[in-house]
Amino acid sequence: MSAPLLEIRGLTRTFGGGRRWFRPNQPGVQAIQGIDLDVMRGETLGIVGESGCGKSTLARLLVGLDTPSNGTIHYAGDDLQQLRSQDRHALARRIQYVFQDPLSSLNPRKRIRDILAAPLYYLRGLEGQALERRLGELMEMVNLRPEFISRYPHEFSGGQAQRIGIARALAGDPELLVLDEPVSALDVSIQAQVLQLLRRLKDELDLTYLFISHDLSVVETISDRIAVMYFGRIIEQAPTYRLFRSPSHPYTRVLLDSAPIPGGPPIQAEAGTAELPDPLAPPPGCAFAPRCSRAQEDCRQAVPPLDNMSPDGDHRAACIHPIKETWQRIVTQSPRESRG
Amino acid sequence: MMAFVKLIARNRLAAFGGIILLLIILLVLITPWLPLADPNVTDTANRLLPPFSDNHLLGTDALGRDILSRLLWGTQISLAVGLAASLVAALVGSTIGIVAGYFGGRTDNTLMRGIDMLMAFPYILLALAIVAVLGPGLMNALYAIAIVNIPFFARNIRGVTVGIAHREFIDAARLSGKGNLRILTSEILPNVLPVIIITLSTTVGWMILETAGLSFLGLGAQPPQADLGSMLGEGRKMMLNAPHVATVPGLMIFLLVMSINLLGDGIRDALDPRLKSGALSRPAPFTRIRRRRNSLPDPVNGNALLSVERLQTDFEVGHETYRAVNDVSFAIHPNECLGLVGESGSGKSVTALSLLGLVASPPGIITGGRVALEGRDLLDLPPRDIRRIRGKDIAYVFQDPLSTLHPLFRVGDQLVEAIRQHQPMSHAEAHERAVSLLEQVRIPNPERRAEQYPHELSGGMRQRVGIAMALANDPQLIVADEPTTALDVTVQAQILKLIQSLRREKGSAVLFITHDFGVVSQICDRVAVMYAGRIVEIGPTQAILDTPRHPYTRRLIDCVPRLGEPDNEPDAIPGLPPAANHIPEGCAFAERCHLVEDACRQGDIELIATDADRQVRCIKPLSVTEPSTPGVSR
Amino acid sequence: MFRYALRRLLLTVPVLLGLSVIVFLIMSLIPGDPAQAILGSYATPENLERLRADLGLDLPLPQQYLVWLGNILQGDLGRSYALNRPVLDEVLERFGATLLLAGTSLVICILLGVLAGIVSAIRQYGWSDRIITLLVLIGISVPAFWLGMLMIMAFSVGLRWFPTSGMTAAYGGGGILDILHHLVLPAFALAIVAAGVIARLTRSNMLEVLRQDYIRTARAKGLGEGRVVMRHAFKVALVNLIPVIGVQAGFVIGGAVYIETVFQWPGIGRMLVNAISTRDLLLVQGGVLVVAASYVLFNLLADLLQHWLDPRIQA
Repeated sequence: MSAPLLEIRGLTRTFGGGRRWFRPNQPGVQAIQGIDLDVMRGETLGIVGESGCGKSTLARLLVGLDTPSNGTIHYAGDDLQQLRSQDRHALARRIQYVFQDPLSSLNPRKRIRDILAAPLYYLRGLEGQALERRLGELMEMVNLRPEFISRYPHEFSGGQAQRIGIARALAGDPELLVLDEPVSALDVSIQAQVLQLLRRLKDELDLTYLFISHDLSVVETISDRIAVMYFGRIIEQAPTYRLFRSPSHPYTRVLLDSAPIPGGPPIQAEAGTAELPDPLAPPPGCAFAPRCSRAQEDCRQAVPPLDNMSPDGDHRAACIHPIKETWQRIVTQSPRESRG
Repeated sequence: MMAFVKLIARNRLAAFGGIILLLIILLVLITPWLPLADPNVTDTANRLLPPFSDNHLLGTDALGRDILSRLLWGTQISLAVGLAASLVAALVGSTIGIVAGYFGGRTDNTLMRGIDMLMAFPYILLALAIVAVLGPGLMNALYAIAIVNIPFFARNIRGVTVGIAHREFIDAARLSGKGNLRILTSEILPNVLPVIIITLSTTVGWMILETAGLSFLGLGAQPPQADLGSMLGEGRKMMLNAPHVATVPGLMIFLLVMSINLLGDGIRDALDPRLKSGALSRPAPFTRIRRRRNSLPDPVNGNALLSVERLQTDFEVGHETYRAVNDVSFAIHPNECLGLVGESGSGKSVTALSLLGLVASPPGIITGGRVALEGRDLLDLPPRDIRRIRGKDIAYVFQDPLSTLHPLFRVGDQLVEAIRQHQPMSHAEAHERAVSLLEQVRIPNPERRAEQYPHELSGGMRQRVGIAMALANDPQLIVADEPTTALDVTVQAQILKLIQSLRREKGSAVLFITHDFGVVSQICDRVAVMYAGRIVEIGPTQAILDTPRHPYTRRLIDCVPRLGEPDNEPDAIPGLPPAANHIPEGCAFAERCHLVEDACRQGDIELIATDADRQVRCIKPLSVTEPSTPGVSR
Repeated sequence: MFRYALRRLLLTVPVLLGLSVIVFLIMSLIPGDPAQAILGSYATPENLERLRADLGLDLPLPQQYLVWLGNILQGDLGRSYALNRPVLDEVLERFGATLLLAGTSLVICILLGVLAGIVSAIRQYGWSDRIITLLVLIGISVPAFWLGMLMIMAFSVGLRWFPTSGMTAAYGGGGILDILHHLVLPAFALAIVAAGVIARLTRSNMLEVLRQDYIRTARAKGLGEGRVVMRHAFKVALVNLIPVIGVQAGFVIGGAVYIETVFQWPGIGRMLVNAISTRDLLLVQGGVLVVAASYVLFNLLADLLQHWLDPRIQA
């Protein structure tokens, strides 16, 4: 097996905390707690989790928009923080970021040309003819008409704006793209267009994707492997087909059971109220235990490690009492079943 | 730039202010060449001449100096000093504001604490203290006024900068390789500049007043030099016997400041994007209704609880008419759940809000159709009667529970209010009922929750409160407008279950608006699919999911990635929906449809029945004759 | 609530200290010898020497400040050489008159401004809105000191309804009615500008709030429009307005300087102007300190009021 492109070890990010005047000292909020994760060259790794699980913080740490409180990130063997301190463009040339809200990631007072030219100029040092040529290529790459380049962001629909966001990320010729909920703000018909584009670009440009989303079904269609996050930790990771066939962590099950599928089986809701733990006073042991129907006394003792669930080590879950049975869905009659 | 000038010119008051200001400036600029007496030459023989005297159009002052000449020279000084002070304050204040707002943290703290100290002084008092130390004089007054106004700019600009610095495009610029300085100058500044200009244009007038004020007190311009303020100060001493000496410069200050304020307001209105879209208008309590009588459809009799017939709602913005809801008809039967599905801009929410006149108006207008609750046309009712139906017979649950619950009232009190509006009950009784409602929506510890404010609850809890509020008066129909869209999927599952079981317990009908076919298939008995303001297909949920008749429905369902089928790549629909102000003739989907033919683009395509319980708006509906053979039509 | 109040109170201490530093620094800007500046050109060398020792002028600046602060904390604001009495006595006496004028004025401008703003907002683009908008425009464009003069000419000289100046009648004055009679004109003249600003902000705030989703919720509940506007919308607008009122209080106190001059009101503003022209710097310093400190306390009250009304504010 080749060395991973991205190697994350013990990554932690704590917000706030410390001493304050005239106020009791506050503990920090751990947005990310000791994450270990490998991303292989050429794969699409999906990260799934609900709001507040720390997936966006993770993304911002990877592209250098935020600095970890603890832990390391190695990119192709180089330490990310060292890379950043040596050359502030080094990281941006390797890892780029696609934002969730396509319109707010484009400066309303700049033309598309200026938005796309910035990374070409600053990261790749292109000027004059070469820059013009590359601009044209980028627009073509994301299926936008060349004349759009002299327009302002507000003249575009959400889907078109997201294409521009993708073009901006690609301008620096990165190898790894961190996509933070890239289709969540889009309507389904547009969402499918953007997903298709992303798939094509990955093949054409040999990209590696880290695809973050709250939507299981979207992640499923695009990812080779999936990591599920809950309350700042990865609680399960596995190749896509395996995760959906036999999810081991009870939280993954809850996620799968909650997702409504058109024409699919009735969803299962948790019995309780599905509240997240208080981040200022996290529960001892497994963070999911207070919600978990399988929780036992030992779950509340210590945080369970990410253990192997399969002999080859592909499938890991952080659960002391993992579920062994395969996940059952009622196969329904739908127009798509008979296709292909 | 021309567009900007035009915008201001269209605003009549601003144009009026601009013209007066321009005239004053012009007059002041040509003053040196006008045939005027020297402003400082005294002529005690001709002291205190009234206006319209020979050689002295505006009379003379106590020393016999020509008031007109002094007025023009004084205006020049006042204008120059006021402008200079404003520019200094704007420059220094904005720089502090931008730096503090962009860098945040310690820089922000240090700078803003200093600004707070300056703000701790009552405005002009600080200026007085500064002048007291530096000594009276025009330049010192200028410094004082500038310093005193720095906090105003710093605070305003900092606030705006903080908002912009946290926008994603700043992160994008950083990832594009731009450094801090470049981001400040090329990303932040262009976005902050309009605000600086607005702040400047709305404060220049004030600054001129303030400098005049210091001169009036004798602390600004020193004799023999005179600005408008010191002329007024001198005039005050002979206010009773020669009122014109004070009146004339006072009038000039007033005219000057008013013209600047008018122009400033115009500039603000032209630069503020919210005003352009008319978003700052107050929405009326009821949507305007402008139906043509003869266009009303005949009432349809039936056992429907609510029947909507040919409903039409427009948005009129400027000269454009956006057709948000275009000839929508559907019926809901007692205890039924009808889903209204569509993508953003399809008109599904506007349809829901139109039922009880809750569409913001302006710009919304209901221009046609009928909304009948048990046969009674709601669009015909007087406001009082509509209010009796709102929240009692028909109740709403909205999308984002944080913004739809009142932030300053306790959850329990908001429920009590909803209950007592329609049921005669003491506060104590209503409170008891509120707690039991919270219990019904499975909120643990309802007594304590009732005492909390919305911001103290999680998103899921807030939406439960929203549902409890809708249930307060046991409505016949609940309109749920994307009630789970803002929620996480595990919470959504619980809210859907809750709505299901409450529907069973209470027997209410539900109109469920959503963009998500998955949710529809969980909860709705029937579903209506909307596209570009129209219903394109309506029928039983399962039937539509199994054999969609309209090509749009079919392709929309195919767009949705289906959990557990990773190998099924969702199909995309090429193109975009039409703009609501340019809806084409014929089928609005024709442009994106792979089965389009010429007839699709002609005339009005009606909703036709294909089965006993299904209707579709398509001249070539899919798989009507033969039994469902999926995939064939593609 | 109590803990919040206590913390806010503690937090005003550094503000007050900062305030004193600014006043001290401004005073140290005096060009030349401060003792000379304070005592004037006719001061005897002995007096100069004594004052220099009192002020600690031969010490370095930070120590000078400490000496100065120590004196102030003991209530010693120095002595006005022009008036020949302790600064504190003079300031407190004058401050009462200003408080009466500014307080009355503030009440008037809040009532007028808020009322006009609400009417203007709910009748947006109607006739009452237009008239109010016009009045507001005039209000914020007119120099208060000129307006005061016009009012004297109209109501005192012309109609003879009110006295032209002063706080009490020269003979047999001093009763409450007499003072009120004298108060009407200056209080209104002072209130006009601030009322205009408050009306504007109330209007735009109300319009902003009326567009919010929770107002739609209130209407969807079936509430009457009166209740929607006055209870649901106005409460939020009021919370947003409180800081504005705090700032306006500053403007009113500042404006009192002009109005007191025009109406010969024996307040602190007129005292300051006189003190500046006679270069009675210790009196200026004392007046500024006392007014600024009381303004800080006023803003503290506004802050507590806002906290009480808005449960969302935690820190």
